[in-house]
Amino acid sequence: MCVWVAALGRFSGKEVTPPQTCGQVPRSCPSCCLRPGLCSAQGLWGQSPHCVFIKAGWPAPHKGGLPVVSRSPGQGHDLYCLPLGALCLRQVLCHAQVLALGDKRGAALIPELRADPLPTLHPGDQEDPLVAGSHSSQRGPQHLGQLQASGQSLLPGPQRWNPVGGFCEKFLPSDRWQWSDVSGLQHRPLDGVALPSRHWEWESDWYVDENFGGEPTEKGGWTYAIDFPATYTRDKKWNSCVRRRRWIRYRRYKSRDTWAKIPSKDDPKQLPDPFNDLSVGGWEITDEPVGRLSVWAVSLQGKVWYREDVSHPNPEGSSWSLVDTPGEAVQISCGPHDLLWVTLWEGQALVREGINRNNPKGSSWSIVEPPASENGIVHVSVGVGVVWAITKDRKVWFRRGVNSHNPCGTSWIEMVGDMMMVNVGLNDQVWGIGCEDRAVYFRQGVTQSELSGKTWKAIVAGRESDRSHSGSSSSLLSAGCFFGDEVRGSGESCAPSDTDASLEADRPGPDQPVPAESVDGPRNPRDSLASGPGTGRTTECAVEVAGLATQTPGPGPRPGLASTPAELPWTNIDLKEPKRAPNHSAAGFPETTGLSSLGLLPLGLEEPYGADDHPLWAWVSGGGCAVEAHAVLKWFTVQSGLSPSVQTLSLSIMPAQTAAWRKQIFQQLTERTKRELEHFRHYEQAVEQSVWVKTGALQWWCDWKPHKWVDVRVALEQFTGLDGARDSILFIYYVVHEEKKYIHVFLNEVTVLVPVLNETKHSFALYTPERTRQRWPVHLAAATEQDMNDWLALLNLSCCESRRVHGRPSPQAIWSITCKGDIFVSEPSPDLEASEHTLPCDQMFWRQMGGHLRVVEANGRGVVWGIGYDHTAWVYTGGYGGGCFQGLASSTSNIYTQSDVKCVSIYENQRWNPVTGYSGRGLPTDRYMWSDASGLHECTKAGTKPPSLQWTWVSDWSVDFSVPGGTDQEGWQYASDFPASYHGYKTMKDFVRRRCWARKCKLVTSGPWLEVAPIALGDVSIIPESPGADRSGHSIALWAISDKGDVLCRLGVSELNPAGSSWLHVGTDQPFTSVSIGACHQVWAVARDGSAFYRGSVSPTQPAGDCWYHIPSPPKQRLKQVSVGQTSVYALDENGNLWYRQGVTPSYPQGSSWEHVSNNVCRVSVGPLDQVWIIANKVPGSHGLSRGTVCHRTGVQPREPKGQSWDYGIGGGWDHVTIRANATRALKSRSQETASDWSGEPGLPSMPSRVAGAPHEAHGPVCC
Amino acid sequence: MTDDKDVLRDVWFGRIPTCFTLYQDEITEREAEPYYLLLPRVSYLTLVTDKVKKHFQKVMRQEDISEIWFEYEGTPLKWHYPIGLLFDLLASSSALPWNITVHFKSFPEKDLLHCPSKDAIEAHFMSCVKEADALKHKSQVINEMQKKDHKQLWMGLQNDRFDQFWAINRKLMEYPAEENGFRYIPFRIYQTTTERPFIQKLFRPVAADGQLHTLGDLLKEVCPSAVAPEDGEKKNQVMIHGIEPMLETPLQWLSEHLSYPDNFLHISIIPQPAD
Repeated sequence: MCVWVAALGRFSGKEVTPPQTCGQVPRSCPSCCLRPGLCSAQGLWGQSPHCVFIKAGWPAPHKGGLPVVSRSPGQGHDLYCLPLGALCLRQVLCHAQVLALGDKRGAALIPELRADPLPTLHPGDQEDPLVAGSHSSQRGPQHLGQLQASGQSLLPGPQRWNPVGGFCEKFLPSDRWQWSDVSGLQHRPLDGVALPSRHWEWESDWYVDENFGGEPTEKGGWTYAIDFPATYTRDKKWNSCVRRRRWIRYRRYKSRDTWAKIPSKDDPKQLPDPFNDLSVGGWEITDEPVGRLSVWAVSLQGKVWYREDVSHPNPEGSSWSLVDTPGEAVQISCGPHDLLWVTLWEGQALVREGINRNNPKGSSWSIVEPPASENGIVHVSVGVGVVWAITKDRKVWFRRGVNSHNPCGTSWIEMVGDMMMVNVGLNDQVWGIGCEDRAVYFRQGVTQSELSGKTWKAIVAGRESDRSHSGSSSSLLSAGCFFGDEVRGSGESCAPSDTDASLEADRPGPDQPVPAESVDGPRNPRDSLASGPGTGRTTECAVEVAGLATQTPGPGPRPGLASTPAELPWTNIDLKEPKRAPNHSAAGFPETTGLSSLGLLPLGLEEPYGADDHPLWAWVSGGGCAVEAHAVLKWFTVQSGLSPSVQTLSLSIMPAQTAAWRKQIFQQLTERTKRELEHFRHYEQAVEQSVWVKTGALQWWCDWKPHKWVDVRVALEQFTGLDGARDSILFIYYVVHEEKKYIHVFLNEVTVLVPVLNETKHSFALYTPERTRQRWPVHLAAATEQDMNDWLALLNLSCCESRRVHGRPSPQAIWSITCKGDIFVSEPSPDLEASEHTLPCDQMFWRQMGGHLRVVEANGRGVVWGIGYDHTAWVYTGGYGGGCFQGLASSTSNIYTQSDVKCVSIYENQRWNPVTGYSGRGLPTDRYMWSDASGLHECTKAGTKPPSLQWTWVSDWSVDFSVPGGTDQEGWQYASDFPASYHGYKTMKDFVRRRCWARKCKLVTSGPWLEVAPIALGDVSIIPESPGADRSGHSIALWAISDKGDVLCRLGVSELNPAGSSWLHVGTDQPFTSVSIGACHQVWAVARDGSAFYRGSVSPTQPAGDCWYHIPSPPKQRLKQVSVGQTSVYALDENGNLWYRQGVTPSYPQGSSWEHVSNNVCRVSVGPLDQVWIIANKVPGSHGLSRGTVCHRTGVQPREPKGQSWDYGIGGGWDHVTIRANATRALKSRSQETASDWSGEPGLPSMPSRVAGAPHEAHGPVCC
Repeated sequence: MTDDKDVLRDVWFGRIPTCFTLYQDEITEREAEPYYLLLPRVSYLTLVTDKVKKHFQKVMRQEDISEIWFEYEGTPLKWHYPIGLLFDLLASSSALPWNITVHFKSFPEKDLLHCPSKDAIEAHFMSCVKEADALKHKSQVINEMQKKDHKQLWMGLQNDRFDQFWAINRKLMEYPAEENGFRYIPFRIYQTTTERPFIQKLFRPVAADGQLHTLGDLLKEVCPSAVAPEDGEKKNQVMIHGIEPMLETPLQWLSEHLSYPDNFLHISIIPQPAD
């Protein structure tokens, strides 16, 4: 391998270590020798879930260089070549990626993630370089502060008032620049603001910001002051002598899914030497801004560098900073949290201390000695809370006692196995390359409680699966082939082979000019390698030749590329095996893309290893691969193409069932039933239906005081009625005063079964309409989770059976979510929105879907999106069941693993006293010094448990700096006394303070949901659609708010592709919190400052509209949510008031004023019939108030869109409801009741003809 | 969208319209009307023919009644084969309803087992289930079950209660996550053309190279005569539950979804009807 080091041109003349001594070379040898396979060829990678950074390590010809492999399942990535020592990055918008490079044939093989616990989306599906990147647009100074530090350029346009001409552009000599940055100190002419590099693009033109702190300013966006610099106000006063206004332009990083060289030319701190190692981490440092990354590099000279300002929106960062080290560094590893370890030449490890949100670079180094002084550490890899190391003798070591407070840990533990390298991925999962067999190993059994795992298990990454899965991708590109020689470290004289990869797709055709490098004149074979042409194809050839060069250096024609013989710079290299030439020339033509031709290629070379020898690996990185601790992996056996698990990886949601044999079985069974039954239904059944009884022991929360759990026997009796319908009765037998009694429930009356998991009991609640009215369900508890799940599944099945509800919910279904994140769905009855004899909503039947969400939104075409507590976006796959519903209650396909993370918060309270200052000793009357937010309950760090047995802690307690009101540096919030309003700074009057501690916990479940990576969302809205509407030509409009407050518009959403294809960013001046799109493309949104905005000109052809219109909030109220139906616009403020927007017409879609409708509302959903559903906060029942009740507005008419009163439905802990898919009308049309105030249009919210009337209304933005 | 779970339901609720006629030589007091019944494919003849027996016994003298047995076109029907298998194997090409002749005399001792009571059927059924689990899981699953679970399986079949049966049976259809299927697939292949009652061998759902075995792989291995040569004319039908699954169907999937309640795949190889 050191041939390559020499070929770098840096070490020629220095010692060239024979390959077989790799790993045992003297310390003075260049680092690469110590770390075979790492620096020689494949480049170095650092991966976060969304970014890949790579160092070009291959002896890169000046236009060529490193072919790089990265691959997500089903999608290959491009090849990119880059100059020596350059750093490139690639943003990869996919989650799961295992990468292993370098088998003996020089192919890079990637094990398929068949049991991918976080199903991925193809990067190709999502990444439109023009729009997908848009989420990275940065926003205004409200959020990012200074002008040039942010992606946004902002320029006050100042003017000075003079007595003659009013405000003019004539300035005093002492004034600031006419165009400047926000400080006024730097001259920034409008046309002089340039993009930082060619990887950026402008998102829009300059425009004047007309908002000032959320309030609209007077015309022109000017703000006034007495003089520069001073406090600016909105209003022009008599003493306003200067004014300024802000100009805004957005830029975004556009190089997505492609390799972008990180510019270094203009960087004064340009690195003096190439990189040797690179590591990316730091994306989970507590409370840091979302998307920030730490990129660390080690140069060949052993220096450690940190890349400043790397984040998802600005992935290339800004500059390099040198971080001094006490020794020469060789290798570096940076964990997602605050761990950073470096290996030194001398075999010790360096540990960075003091990494936190304020100082991601850390402050100092500590030295950790190797386990044994004679065998120094050669490789180290860190995760969230683990450190793994390899010593020179290839032993594997696990560092005991590593955590945030003690990043050095306490001692080394030797692990079983000899490894070439190890790599810690997400969730502290570990991969390794075996020393003997060079297989890729995965550490099984790594969990939060057992971080060292249990055993190494080899991942099968057969060539077979490579071929079958590579498809047209260039994924198997030959990065690994560079260290074909390295693999042959035992000194075998076998030439590295070509890859079996299918890189033809990206391969230039024979006509494509190959850069003529021969001008340089190859001085020796190695130099010629270093100057090889830069295309993938030729680089690949270069590699092969390079491998041969170790054996047979010397001039000679290269017959391999018959098409470009004259251009070949390496014609001086003799080929040992010219017989391979025809193959190569054939492979150079795109039309001979048959894998077989390539696959045949290395056959002759392979023999020393035996026919079915597995590939030899050199390197693995799992930094982008999320493996849940308990996920079932299918990496360890070879999979066939027919395995259903392969199909479940399929990212399109529908075709999981497309196998021909399966379809045929379904079809034949249907035909069989028809053939054998159709004419014989009058025959008697051989078996009479009978009663089936299931019994068991449960506990019941008894109905009367004193309420307590009592042991009960339960029996479910299932029977078949005369009409063939199944029905069931649940009996609950209890003993009171030694008298046996029972209550019974007809399951066809049950409206919902809700799991009520808490810290101690596996219990569930059973509601009937009567029990719903009483707000007092039948509450039962089982001894074990399995027992509860069995009962829940069986009772649910019986309920569904008796109501004849099964399979996938209809597209019109109403979805709701409880405060525990459980998802429920109800089939709407036509009577639900009838004007007379409306179905009371306490009679609606809800059934549970697997999964865990905080928000769910649906539209009438079966597109359903959800958002988890951790803001992950999910799309409904069309399955049912999952979660606790296994077996018959669950669909086989379309069920995926889903996880969610939420924070549990407790408060540390302190009171000031004159002697000790603030301390944890309060007044006798004070709240607990450790409490919940209310202060009423004591919550200690040690005593606080995850919300239920399903949740497990995944982090330590840490201070939450993001609480409303702000905090000081240590996270404290001050107030004059408990309970009061807190502020983030200390004043004289503050006698108490508190800070919030948060701890993350995680739940892993399953359900019919697939993740929509990578942008985390805060809100989502899908256009409600009437079933009759013919919108087949258009994609379904979907708007969302990212968790950072960006407004986004999803493109390409359809029934067949409910996940859509890419995000379009809609610029705003401040973060938004809520968005809703009405049936006529009216988009309303709520900004974080509590005001509303209307988006103009949104239409199917202009999905993002053109501009925002500011709508003031109701007086003294801050809005938090908005929902738009057909024509109605409702908004909700932070005090629980529901407002109706009066005066909305097609010609004046913004409306005129807010009208109060109701208080006591937590959440509102307005549907395509303008029906209004809410979650009410406090609803009276027979046992006190019930929080979180689903309510339906009755009496909503075209003439009375605000309705009359509330009908209370299911409740007791509901958080969310969406009615927006339900356009099911009552059978009796009410079309005669026209609403003339709606522009006199005949179309009504309640009338099907409304849709037909669409062209009439095309003049206004609010129209159909 | 159709789900794999629906297959279980379709299989369970398969019915064969059947016309029972008393054998002409049986002595009756008055003329015996034919009796029409929908027979569950997954059940056993003697388990579901109480009504038939009662119907014909009404017209017969008590002393003429001995053990009931059934015959179709001269072939005595083995009660210990599932009904669907008997129909597929013997009568699938004939018109419906299926005409079965009922006998009360001359029990064909050499062809049929006696069925003195339902206990005999239960014993036979449970032994099949156990044998199948021995093949699938080295009997681990069935042995871990309680007696009442075994009873629930049987009662589910006897009372035609899909939920009751599958609440237990699904455990028999699971396999360890790290495996790709059962240890061996419990199957039996029946042919009318041979003397042998059926073929049963050890056959794994996954090949050594990790490929899933298909129905075609199985037939090529254990019953090559059933599979038409590549270019040859199709001579045989391969039938399970009255349908002909494609030979590409993975065997593991078939075993999970198209097994009879006794957990065996009963596969009929019948000559291609000449039409």
